[in-house]
Amino acid sequence: MTVQSFQPELKSARFRREREDDWRRLEALLKRLETQPVSKLSDEDLIALPVLYRATLSALSVARETTLDKALLDYLEGLCTRAYFVVYGARPRLSRRVSRFFAQDWPGAARALWRETALASLLFTLGAGIAFWLFGRDPDWFYAFIPAQMAQGRDPSATTDALRKVLYDGGGAQHDILAIFATFLFTHNAQIAIFAFALGFAFGAPTALLMISNGCALGAIFALYAVHGLGFQLGGWLAIHGVTEIFATCLAGAAGFHIGWTLAFPGEKTRPEAMAAAGRRAATLMAGVVLMLAVAGVLEGIGRQLITNDLARYGVALISAGVWGYYFYVPRQRRDAKAAR
Amino acid sequence: MTDYTPHLSEKTSIQRQLITPEGVDLRIGLGSAGQRASAFLIDAAIVIGIMIGVTIVYVLALFALKSAASALSINWVPGQVGLQLLQAFWLLGFFMLRNGWFLGFELGPRAATLGKRIVGLQVAMRNGGRLSADALIARNLMREIEVFLPLTFLLYNAAANPDGWIVLLGLLWSGIFALFPLFNRDRLRVGDLVAGTFVVQAPRRRLAAELTERRSALAPAFVFSPEQLDVYGVKELQVLEDVLRRNALAAQRVVATRIRGKIGWTARPGESDGDFLDAYYAALRTRLEAKLLLGQRRRDKHDRG
Repeated sequence: MTVQSFQPELKSARFRREREDDWRRLEALLKRLETQPVSKLSDEDLIALPVLYRATLSALSVARETTLDKALLDYLEGLCTRAYFVVYGARPRLSRRVSRFFAQDWPGAARALWRETALASLLFTLGAGIAFWLFGRDPDWFYAFIPAQMAQGRDPSATTDALRKVLYDGGGAQHDILAIFATFLFTHNAQIAIFAFALGFAFGAPTALLMISNGCALGAIFALYAVHGLGFQLGGWLAIHGVTEIFATCLAGAAGFHIGWTLAFPGEKTRPEAMAAAGRRAATLMAGVVLMLAVAGVLEGIGRQLITNDLARYGVALISAGVWGYYFYVPRQRRDAKAAR
Repeated sequence: MTDYTPHLSEKTSIQRQLITPEGVDLRIGLGSAGQRASAFLIDAAIVIGIMIGVTIVYVLALFALKSAASALSINWVPGQVGLQLLQAFWLLGFFMLRNGWFLGFELGPRAATLGKRIVGLQVAMRNGGRLSADALIARNLMREIEVFLPLTFLLYNAAANPDGWIVLLGLLWSGIFALFPLFNRDRLRVGDLVAGTFVVQAPRRRLAAELTERRSALAPAFVFSPEQLDVYGVKELQVLEDVLRRNALAAQRVVATRIRGKIGWTARPGESDGDFLDAYYAALRTRLEAKLLLGQRRRDKHDRG
């Protein structure tokens, strides 16, 4: 008995021939979806996509049980995976996502992390208090908290006049274009905030140190000016952007603490699940932090150089404090209720 | 067979279940550490290349402006303002590229940076769900401690820091974050863990030709007995498929000699190795698939059912 090699064609080959046009059509459709928005697709194609996806997926199941053609199986697996991500991974429109971010996600994340925010603010204040107290005992402590290049002559050996001068024509002197100064401040601060957040992964400890050391720098410079009787003036100089910047820094610290805490104590979920949820909430907050720091950069780089009146500076500080406080912490029941539905 | 590219790395890749709502397991392959590293290096090279390229163009433009000004006998020096603009570009550009390059591409429909596309990878949620912007932000912000933190310690060392031991300790500590993917089953980096994502194989394959429909596979000259076909199982069939698709003549000669010896086949005068292998492949697949329909999958030649 012999087996004829030119027998009626293989069942799996016929199976393939009958369906391969559908697969190629799905492939072409996926390729188009990768290069152009969904809205450019015709209604016919939009209806065909899920149909072709399910047909190909069922072909994959059948092929796994009937064909031994490895290249075909690999092809179908790859095609189905691509189609799966397109069919089930479709995201809402960008405009809707952006409005949702500002209306719900960002303030929601800030509210949800209020404990961490309180902790970060506490550490920051603690740092400021310690530095202020240490400066009072021995002004040389100043050099421990503020590196020479950052101080730019503002140190315990400076005269009152020199210190006052910085407040009213400050950093603008070395930067002709204020927008560039603002850019520098923004990128620098944002990178540090992102760093503080990422370091939270090490159980929050480095983030805590960063919060304290940032507080120390503030406390030290404040103590320096207070000694010269310029405390009120410095307050305006710092607060005009500082309210926004320090708030953003504390929120970044809070985002870091959130992931560090969740890594250590995941609670009822498994650790990977808890981490994923915490990381995404913290990331939402971080996107907001970067925006806040852009605002702070403009206030510091441009606003502070143009507004030299102490009271006006305090006024801007007060307004920004009110705006952020209202935006984050005053609940908007109507909108929240609508979102819940 | 130009439309066939064997994916060697894939064969050894770790597989994970991803069951679609329709109940089919997609058997997703995880990106290997080597693939991940090369994708990252490609991206890093592109980003640095862009920065350097734009800087060169900008400086050339400044020189061109200057010479144009002197040609029109206008006294103009780019000086402070020009340099400050360059500085601002570097600051903002580096910030945007460092934080936005990966995020921007991964937010796109292919969920992969250029480097990942070249290597054949993409980002996906571990639970198979929708890839959200917050997850992508989380996974990319964590790169700060995975890449830039160890880099900072390295640069410190290069600057001949006197506290060598502290730098070394820092490097070891930050190295934990950088090498995190090697220490867990799903090859997650810190960012993946925090975001609930993983990086999976997404190779683009084209549909390869059906080998059993080649003319030589249907030639009546080759007739095999059941005993001659029962020598091998699925594994050997697929190795043979790989050899045929690669179309490497030397390998085909070796394999053909091997099979002829094993099944006791005497080559007729003028019989080509390729034709013989095509025909044997078609006959073997027919037989194994017929058994498969009856529920018998013979894994390899040692599998006697």
